[in-house]
Amino acid sequence: MLVVGELINGMYKAVGKAIEEKDKGVIQKLAKDQRAAGASMLDVNTGPYTKNPKDAMKWLVETIQESCDAPLCLDSTKADVIEEGLKLAKNKAMINSTSSDDEKLEVLVPLALKYNASLIGLAMGKSGIPRDKNERMEHAVKIVTKCQEAGVPMSDLYLDPIVMPVNVAQAQGPEIMESIKEFALLCDPAPKTIVGLSNASQSTKERPLINRIYLVMAIANGLTAAICDPLDKLLMDAAITAELILNKNIYCDSFLEAYRTK
Amino acid sequence: MELLKEKWPGKIAEITIGATNAEGGTRASKITVGGETTLPFLFHEGDMPNMPRIAMEVLDTEPVDWPEVLKKPFGDALKDPAKWAVKCQDEFKAEIICVKLAGTHPDFGNKSAEDSAKLIKDVLQAVKVPLIILGSGDDEKDNIVLSKVSQAAKGERCLLGDATEKNYKTLTASCLADGHNIIAESPIDINIAKQANILISEMGFPLDKIVINPTIGALGYGMEYAYSIMERARYAALIDDKMLSMPFIAFIGQEAWRAKEAKTLFSQAPEWGEEESRGILWEASTAACMLQAGADILVMRHPKAVDVTRGYIGKLMGNK
Repeated sequence: MLVVGELINGMYKAVGKAIEEKDKGVIQKLAKDQRAAGASMLDVNTGPYTKNPKDAMKWLVETIQESCDAPLCLDSTKADVIEEGLKLAKNKAMINSTSSDDEKLEVLVPLALKYNASLIGLAMGKSGIPRDKNERMEHAVKIVTKCQEAGVPMSDLYLDPIVMPVNVAQAQGPEIMESIKEFALLCDPAPKTIVGLSNASQSTKERPLINRIYLVMAIANGLTAAICDPLDKLLMDAAITAELILNKNIYCDSFLEAYRTK
Repeated sequence: MELLKEKWPGKIAEITIGATNAEGGTRASKITVGGETTLPFLFHEGDMPNMPRIAMEVLDTEPVDWPEVLKKPFGDALKDPAKWAVKCQDEFKAEIICVKLAGTHPDFGNKSAEDSAKLIKDVLQAVKVPLIILGSGDDEKDNIVLSKVSQAAKGERCLLGDATEKNYKTLTASCLADGHNIIAESPIDINIAKQANILISEMGFPLDKIVINPTIGALGYGMEYAYSIMERARYAALIDDKMLSMPFIAFIGQEAWRAKEAKTLFSQAPEWGEEESRGILWEASTAACMLQAGADILVMRHPKAVDVTRGYIGKLMGNK
């Protein structure tokens, strides 16, 4: 599974402060630690309170790339902020994210093509959070069609069913699991799937447990990528074990270590 | 119609055996194997930058269980490992010599580590091609013998074996200290093959200096089982399982000449046909199958089987 480390996000106090004070050490340590823990990509989000998000994105990307070679997942609601990161990214980047709205698709799909980046497509539109699997499928179909027309390969498209917190939207759980399974049936070759995992456990008392079980269930339904906290070792162990049970990796007694040396 | 092609993200490690003068050794040539980015010989899907190579086997004691057919081409050289190695190199054009220290086994000669170290020095002096050096398979004795032998061949970048899941530490440390490659052996078991590799690598041993001995069976003796294990490991490697992305070594001669079909005399089984070609064919057929399974180094015995196999490799590589 592709693990996108979520910790470089201005929403977190320490990161927000580091961005404000241009403290490279904090960011570079987070980048290194997440890589060492098994993240294949690093999410980069300037956070909601940055006064100048374009400058912040530029600084973050440069700072991370000075210390490590991880591909980056450029996370912003603003296309110009994402493009600022795309311009500087040394490796194939990921755009986080478009929705099914035309105005989003028309800007972000060409951007993915221009920079040969992969693209996260949120299964939602202007009407807000989808209520069930059917609404998610409608949004997904629209995104897939748009990408196919434009020539974005399906191996570069990651559909996101929008994970909802289990304490406020419990009924969404099965809808989301089903959506992950059915996204893969939309076309052949199949688009990939991704979740923003930590949302599942927002404001609950058992966050690591909920995240861990949620991820394992999503993997069992065919999930190919997750934005999550790679420093949660039990979470990573659970994901590795889930893939082992699905026969995606060959067993050996030290399978956890073997996976991590990839 | 367009061919459906598989795109593999992984690559088999490339390993080099033998060190030249410039590299601190005394070999005239070195051999690189591995580096595949496709299943064996599927050149339209990927590359095999290095062709499979044949090593000829030399024992430290005159073989007692070899049939006449197999002994004949070597004659008196079987009594002297250095001469035997020279014959393989000069007459039979062996590109690698594989010395098996069978006589160090406590039950079969119990030769000393010092004698073995001297023998390896003699062979290194006598031939210019790279060496593979094997113990007798007795864990305790191998740890003593191979440490000495490893030191004696320091800097020659040999391939030493076999390390196993239960006995790998001493040999790994020796190979690390003296600059050799290592063979990791598993009993036709992909899970143990992977485990042996990770144990060795956890000692700081580089992944591109490990060769997998998957253990094979000859034609009629589990060959297809060995094939399926190798195929599965190669698939995993090509989808980027680094702990299985190593070249394979296959002990063809040892297995083929154990088969009764290879060594039974004509007089005992006339319906099986003439004995000389029978054994050679048994060895060459086993080799052909193992090449298709992904073997990178074939350790063989009969010069004619070596010849046939070399021709076969040439033809297959010709499609590149």
